[in-house]
Amino acid sequence: MTGTAATGGQIRLLTDTIAAARAEGRAALIAYLPAGFPTVDGGIEAVKAVFDGGADIVEVGLPHSDPVLDGPVIQTADDIALRGGVKIADVLRTVREAHAATGKPVLVMTYWNPIDRYGVERFTAELAEAGGAGCILPDLPVQESALWREHAAKHDLATVFVVAPSSKDERLATITAAGSGFVYAASLMGVTGTRASVGAQARTLVERTRATTDLPVCVGLGVSDADQAAEVAGFADGVIVGSAFVRRMLDAPDEAAGLEAVRTLAGDLARGVRTGAATTR
Amino acid sequence: MPSEFFVPDPEGRTPDANGYFGAFGGTFIPEALVAAVDEVAVEYEKAKADPAFARELDDLLTHYTGRPSALTEVPRFAGHAGGARVFLKREDLNHTGSHKINNVLGQALLTRRMGKTRVIAETGAGQHGVATATACALFGLDCTIYMGEVDTERQALNVARMRMLGAEVIAVKSGSRTLKDAINEAFRDWVANVDHTHYLFGTVAGPHPFPAMVRDFHRVIGVEARRQILQRAGRLPDAAIACVGGGSNAIGLFHAFIPDAGVRLIGCEPAGHGVETGEHAATLTAGEPGILHGSRSYVLQDEEGQITEPYSISAGLDYPGIGPEHAYLKDSGRGEYRAVTDDDAMRALRLLSRTEGIIPAIESAHALAGALEVGRELGEDGLIVVNLSGRGDKDMDTAARYFGLYDTDAEVAEDASGTAEIEGDAK
Repeated sequence: MTGTAATGGQIRLLTDTIAAARAEGRAALIAYLPAGFPTVDGGIEAVKAVFDGGADIVEVGLPHSDPVLDGPVIQTADDIALRGGVKIADVLRTVREAHAATGKPVLVMTYWNPIDRYGVERFTAELAEAGGAGCILPDLPVQESALWREHAAKHDLATVFVVAPSSKDERLATITAAGSGFVYAASLMGVTGTRASVGAQARTLVERTRATTDLPVCVGLGVSDADQAAEVAGFADGVIVGSAFVRRMLDAPDEAAGLEAVRTLAGDLARGVRTGAATTR
Repeated sequence: MPSEFFVPDPEGRTPDANGYFGAFGGTFIPEALVAAVDEVAVEYEKAKADPAFARELDDLLTHYTGRPSALTEVPRFAGHAGGARVFLKREDLNHTGSHKINNVLGQALLTRRMGKTRVIAETGAGQHGVATATACALFGLDCTIYMGEVDTERQALNVARMRMLGAEVIAVKSGSRTLKDAINEAFRDWVANVDHTHYLFGTVAGPHPFPAMVRDFHRVIGVEARRQILQRAGRLPDAAIACVGGGSNAIGLFHAFIPDAGVRLIGCEPAGHGVETGEHAATLTAGEPGILHGSRSYVLQDEEGQITEPYSISAGLDYPGIGPEHAYLKDSGRGEYRAVTDDDAMRALRLLSRTEGIIPAIESAHALAGALEVGRELGEDGLIVVNLSGRGDKDMDTAARYFGLYDTDAEVAEDASGTAEIEGDAK
């Protein structure tokens, strides 16, 4: 496997997708779903369903045994996926099939140890070859990321860093200088999961981050419905929704109903990111 | 006046500025925790340079903990160890019954310096949880302890102790429901409450600066033991032996002996039912380099980087990771690590109880079993210091079930306890 143009990653597609949304005067909708949940094939169908419902970008989770940044909803989904025997090859197949079927950008989100163990060069080469656009690695802070970034850049994969309300301005500048694709702004201090409201600190963080970079700034953590998506779309370049999708799948009586539920939610949120742009931007 | 008991690494050899001990260590944490972890590092450096901090910690370690801890020679036990002389460093005699209080008091003072009002901690056997709950009672801090559900059952006495001390104890039901999962849950709490909460991490793992800071607070164990053994035996020991789960009591004993090339540093890992069975927590023996809980070290994991579920009869050693400095000592060859089964540890626990009148924690019994083995290898001229990291009261239910000591177990007792093997005297 080589990093030639034919097998390069889709960072350009990711960048263009967010730019296109901005050109329409709206925020991009970014959905998260774990691979292998509820099954590998079911997970692939779920990613296609949220794209079909209106998501612009999907982050595919690579489930980990010790998801310290995830709340109970995603922990439960990861457990189901791992008990079902999901492997990195299945995650890559999810990326490949979802991207091939839709032509849209697909990222991987995971913890660092699975990639470290699998091999950074091997993983980046295979992700690029599968049509992946990049990675979000929330427990790989910028100061530990040099090796990853070297290989990601070689394979045209985005390195999306997370910034938090607690990040100091100087550190924001360091992080955004090292990142690519977009910046993931955590709306609040906490783990993944839906919240009744998205904190005011999200807007402040987006402003502080924008002061350091031209990269798009997308907001995640706690966003679960169209109203919240509209609110966030008023000040961010993208709205990231994870646990609310997973919750829909968990609550559904069967897989078909789950797929319909996530498609519907994606549709609601897609309207939300457009409403927000119209009313508050 | 120099501090007597707060004795951080005087050379400052390790870790480097990025928190690395050779290839191990570092800071693999979510961005949301970076500012808080940096604050701990900065505040700890300030505290180290502040004579008032050392004075206050010394005062607590003297009058509250009861330092220095004794060094007890155990000749009747040593009779089973090939005739080598064996001394126990009696961390079990510290207030709260283990070495854990050394680190907890240091970090509790640090918590106060940072102006934080709430402390969270993980615990396996409950020794770190009890020590943390104790310090929080003493300092008037809110306290929440995360403990795996399996461990709340096998260490119920310590759960009661923590609650008596005013701590909230949360039984963690995710994953393997042991120490690893308690740490996961504590991290989740910390991310959400970091503005007013300090995570009082209990071992020499985790992100920088915890491995170095926790080591520094426990370094007193080896500093005292080195001085005491020179006084008592007139020479340095051939081996310093300790059990290793996360590795805090072991690094505490080992560290002052690192420059003494003639002193072997031997860590005893939990082999559970036997390393070959897969049911163990022998991380350095059977693990591979990886990242768990904020640093790079050896980790028990599968080929795709999923952490595998550990097993040990000892709740305090039942952990699939290990502090990065131990990984460094192993790879550099300065440290030796061997694995001790549940059965060997339990036999050593009973042997020390019956030969010396000292009931050790099951954790520490792994080190005692290692000492029996090393003593036989060294022979009569051997001299060994073992860290008796904790007392065994908390383990009496586990031990009673294992050996059939309850009256209702009378029929089992004859088979399981094998009393003929040990009648108390050296053979």
